Amino acid sequence: MPLITYREALNQALSEEIARDSNVVLMGEEVAQFKGSYKVSEGMLENFGSDRIIDTPISEAAFSGLGIGAAMMGMRPVVEFMFWSFCYVAFDQIFNNAASVRYMSGGLINVPIVFRGPANGGTNVGATHSHTPENFAANTPGLKVICPATPADAKGMMKSAIRDNDPVCVMENTILYNLQGDVPEDNDLLVPLGKARLAMEGNDISIIAHGRSVHTAMEVAETLSEKHNVSAEVLDLRSIRPLDVDAIIETVRKTNRVLLVDENKPFCGVGAQISFLIQDRAFDYLDAPIKRVSAIDAPQAYSKVLENYQIPNHDRVLKKALEIL
Amino acid sequence: MEGLYHDTDLEKSKEEISSIQNESIEGDEVRSFSETPINKSLDSEERVRLFSQMMRIRRFEERSLRAYQQGHIGGFLHLYIGQEAVAVGAVSVMSEDDHVITAYRDHGHALAVGMNMDECMAELLGKKTGCSKGKGGSMHFFAPDKNFWGGHGIVGGQTPLGLGIAYALKYKGTKGACLCFMGDGATNQGPFYESLNLASLWGLPVIYVIENNGYSMGTAESRHSAGEPLARRGEVFDVNWSVHHGHDLYEVRAAVHDALTLARTESKPSVLEIITYRYRGHSVADPDQTYRSKEEIEEYKKSKDPISLYKDILIKEECLTEELAQKIDQSAKEEADASAEFALASPNPDPSELMDDIYWETDNPTDRRSEGTMFFECPET
Ligand SMILES: Cc1ncc(C[n+]2csc(CCOP(=O)(O)OP(=O)(O)O)c2C)c(N)n1
Ligand SMILES: [Mg+2]
Repeated sequence: MPLITYREALNQALSEEIARDSNVVLMGEEVAQFKGSYKVSEGMLENFGSDRIIDTPISEAAFSGLGIGAAMMGMRPVVEFMFWSFCYVAFDQIFNNAASVRYMSGGLINVPIVFRGPANGGTNVGATHSHTPENFAANTPGLKVICPATPADAKGMMKSAIRDNDPVCVMENTILYNLQGDVPEDNDLLVPLGKARLAMEGNDISIIAHGRSVHTAMEVAETLSEKHNVSAEVLDLRSIRPLDVDAIIETVRKTNRVLLVDENKPFCGVGAQISFLIQDRAFDYLDAPIKRVSAIDAPQAYSKVLENYQIPNHDRVLKKALEIL
Repeated sequence: MEGLYHDTDLEKSKEEISSIQNESIEGDEVRSFSETPINKSLDSEERVRLFSQMMRIRRFEERSLRAYQQGHIGGFLHLYIGQEAVAVGAVSVMSEDDHVITAYRDHGHALAVGMNMDECMAELLGKKTGCSKGKGGSMHFFAPDKNFWGGHGIVGGQTPLGLGIAYALKYKGTKGACLCFMGDGATNQGPFYESLNLASLWGLPVIYVIENNGYSMGTAESRHSAGEPLARRGEVFDVNWSVHHGHDLYEVRAAVHDALTLARTESKPSVLEIITYRYRGHSVADPDQTYRSKEEIEEYKKSKDPISLYKDILIKEECLTEELAQKIDQSAKEEADASAEFALASPNPDPSELMDDIYWETDNPTDRRSEGTMFFECPET
């Protein structure tokens, strides 16, 4: 299996789907001539031309809405936000229009669109550029939202998202773009949305995470095994909505201890919904209270020192894990 | 040269403008702006001070670039080099009742309104001694005591805020106006048009200063905007508009002065498009190679560098000698170096400070009015 980066995996997924289906186009700021702010669309303008790879002005509300309108007409646009943080100026289009058109039309219309881009902190760009809105999107019936953590999932889930008949928000991570991983060479590599991935098997504690936090969870699991003789299981949610509830309940029943880790701010973050589900469906299996590590509950700080502390890091996660062991 | 095409059309736009334009802005076409009253009234010392301000901004930016390259600054660093005459010229004609707000390319405006290099450099390094205690960063400088309301990272996000500042000034009966700076790319954000409509409808003293440097990141104006010039977009709302050369400090001063006068006397908004150029990449991370040529940059530097042009003018006006200019440059460099030393020696903020400055009432617990839990994951003490 070829070893490629998360960035290349996205590029392959987009390229393959654009080649496969003439209804798929990629549009956004700097995606064509500049090859994407983070070079995700490198080479695509050359390969597919300016009808398929389209630079837009800084008009997120207009081009998101345009994408939704085109999707209503049967196209499958992939709309890139340079950062998911910038979707806030297009909030109405995504959260009202994309999410509700199908329902409000009594199922007459569907919206097969993908919104994608990075949604993460950790790069010292301050409060306006570091949002992680997967909980907003997941809170909105009609939208799907996924957070691939590995190159293979970046490719397989992006391809599934493009072929999906509903709006899918794909939340990537600038820090993961250079991450390498094995990715099968398969034009039909489709990782289903709504299926969690058991990233590490263990017996003593379940660490449930998504996005970059999965990698933090893996590091902590290693420390737990090396230094504390604890066998941790790591569940990578991959998809937030739809959510793999069965996988969550299964791991809880197995280890009886749960630590939730994600970069969301805590209040009504993804972890809040998961802990509700666990107490609702697996209360009797818990040997300790559910704990979670999320971003410290402040607007994202610019200072490197502050931000490194603010987002979940190895030490904070380890400490929390030890509290319930 | 795609990115510079907007320059060549400037004369044409000027003709259009004089026929549309409210007279109190343009008045009679004055070619040399040194003769306009606002510039004529400058004494020699004031002229030199303007030169020194531009020099200070440039040297500060160059020093911050070095700090970035040395790994002391992370994230984004959007440099203002090449555009200095816009911020310095505009701010220099403000009265103490006038206010400023801008986008993320904000270091030049910050220094122009009188913020000091130390607090700015320390902010870039994320230090506790920074103007925002290391919490805002390069894109988010603020100094309300200097009528400077930021530093805004979301493109176009400051345009309604500028409107609100103008609204408050009018509401309170203050004679001031708000200068709201924005880029050419920002003119394609919807809130700008909603703001223009309200500004005109309600007669609000806001001046949108479009710093047209030809590019929105890697996208040349011709690829991001239909309809020229950009300032003309004010026209459908009956907002006065005009286009000016940003390499000529005197012209910027004259244009902004006229717009401020209109705002003060008639409470009317304006759109000023100032043609300028950025020498560096969009941010330091932009390799700047895919969308414009080295020659294009060199040509602008050679023929339109605002600082050298102004230096020549001052020498001709006998306000400045080559020797004094060098002294000023030297002291700007020293000031910038000292600010980097200050920033490096400053302490980092402590994680416990993460929770300060979020809500007024948690910072002022004795005056707290609401009850209940405010924060849900805090630093461990
Ligand atoms: C809503 C939003 N979309 C995209 C961005 C990313 N972005 C930052 S600056 C920029 C280009 C802005 O160009 P312009 O307005 O001309 O200002 P300049 O950088 O030239 O000063 C872009 C696309 C952003 N910050 N906010
Ligand atoms: Mg620009």
